[in-house]
Amino acid sequence: MSPPVLCRMRDAFLNGVMARMEADEKIFFLSADFGSPRLDVLAARYPGRWVNVGIAEQNLVNVAAGMALEGYATIAYAIAPFLSMRCYEQTRVNLCMLSQVRSLDVTLAGVGAGFSYDVSGPSHQALEDLSIMRTLPNLEVYSPADAVTAQGIATQRIGRGGVRYVRMDGKALPDLYAAPPELARGFQELQTGREVLLVATGYMTHRALETAALLQQQGIAAAVMDVFALQPLDQTAFQQALVSASLVVSLEEGFIGKGGLDALVRQALVGVPQRIPHLGLGLTPEYSFEVGERELRLDRAGLSASKLTARIATALA
Amino acid sequence: MAVNIADLEQKARDIWRATVAIHQRAPETRVASSLSAVDVLVCLYYGGLLRFDPRQPQWTGRDRVIMSKGHGAIAMYPILADLGYFPVAELERVARNGSILGGIPDPIIPGFETVNGSLGHGPGVACGLALALKRQRRPERVVVLVGDGEMHEGAVWEALMFAGHQQLDNLLLIVDNNARCMLNDTNKVNSLEPLADKFAAFGWVARACDGHDMRSVYNNLEVLLRTPQGRPAALIARTIKGHGVPSLEASPICHVLTIAPDECARLAGGQA
Repeated sequence: MSPPVLCRMRDAFLNGVMARMEADEKIFFLSADFGSPRLDVLAARYPGRWVNVGIAEQNLVNVAAGMALEGYATIAYAIAPFLSMRCYEQTRVNLCMLSQVRSLDVTLAGVGAGFSYDVSGPSHQALEDLSIMRTLPNLEVYSPADAVTAQGIATQRIGRGGVRYVRMDGKALPDLYAAPPELARGFQELQTGREVLLVATGYMTHRALETAALLQQQGIAAAVMDVFALQPLDQTAFQQALVSASLVVSLEEGFIGKGGLDALVRQALVGVPQRIPHLGLGLTPEYSFEVGERELRLDRAGLSASKLTARIATALA
Repeated sequence: MAVNIADLEQKARDIWRATVAIHQRAPETRVASSLSAVDVLVCLYYGGLLRFDPRQPQWTGRDRVIMSKGHGAIAMYPILADLGYFPVAELERVARNGSILGGIPDPIIPGFETVNGSLGHGPGVACGLALALKRQRRPERVVVLVGDGEMHEGAVWEALMFAGHQQLDNLLLIVDNNARCMLNDTNKVNSLEPLADKFAAFGWVARACDGHDMRSVYNNLEVLLRTPQGRPAALIARTIKGHGVPSLEASPICHVLTIAPDECARLAGGQA
């Protein structure tokens, strides 16, 4: 049996962008000299509707904002750590502030979530982006776990108003969904289990499913939740989902204790009357200069499926 | 229609006094940086060079003006009020609780396009506006005012490079070249010269003029706005920070200085 064909999130997202461009002439694509074979298709299909601004993320966001003021829905496409951090203030001022008083439609599409550019070193790794982007008002923050979700974000959100950051994995991952989940809800339960709830985002959602399978072998029933939108998120539904568990474990390929997924979960738990224990698992806030693949890095951080299983079993004991 | 330079000069004196009067009521405003731009702004708005409609601030047929040097835009308040963008009475409330007119202007004020105050953003956003207008084959122009000190921001040069490469000939960048930053003369902090050569090297048409000589300002703006250049255009207006106020003109740190209340009252009263 041949292995399943894996689709990169960026390619699925770009397919979604092209579907929107076909339907709406006011969608314009901007890249900071970042590509993809699918972008080559887009460029050939819509030569007058895309521009490579060069390696200049600050200008990328400013140009995207300016065009959006003129009624375009713009997509600003770049490597995730640079798109989120190099031009953070352009996003803050010209997207998040300005969109509060002017109608804007801008999608920051970043590729390279977490360790997905594993051997390129810490500059290329996005371990802080979800934390810092979710501090910004007026910004939707998406962290899809598969290509289906990434394409759904493109087709459902581009051209519908608002500004958003989409952080996509650099590696091809198996699909988790047959059809895009309901974006406005922000999360989706992928499997049920009454003893522990694993709340994860992006690549770690796959890790959560693997971990749940190992826990099952130990007789521990684990539920798995995929958080694909850190904001907005249906807070009431999220809280209801959390309180059904006796232990909530958040899993993120990002720094813990810095305002990321663990903070989202903790904040939700503070608002419920029940006392639900929460274990926040992710990366210790420090940079690694050691060259190594993603799985090696995650294993060192105690985030391999087997180590996670042991940590969770210990927490439940 | 021929423009009357003497009328523009008289209007500039009125706006200058009104700007000082705002500063008198709101000493926290950056007056020195505002006074250097008065003549250029008056020429733009009263010289018949811009398309705008105060009754419809977001009219799609307007030329887009971005006040990238937000700190120095207090002079825009009396201009916009005089033109009818908002009631003149609002000028009495600058920086007061609940006013639309803050120490730095933002787009809640009719006539302003973008969020100002963080320097260096205007040129890039202006590039986006200009690119969008060109792609739609629209005739409106984009004018962005920057300060010379603001040009230390790297994002400005990303935008200049982009505009040159994209040949955004509907974009005019005016440099209020008052030659001072916050702490010292610009050429002692981080020199920009030769600025005109730098624009040329980035693919721009650049002109320089005395930013307080109304005829020269008008003639240069008219050429750059009315004659197709095929490239983005820059006007480097040599100005004086704190123009018309001796105590400010004399100090390299006038950006952070206020005018003494008695001097302010005398100047705003028109005895200067």
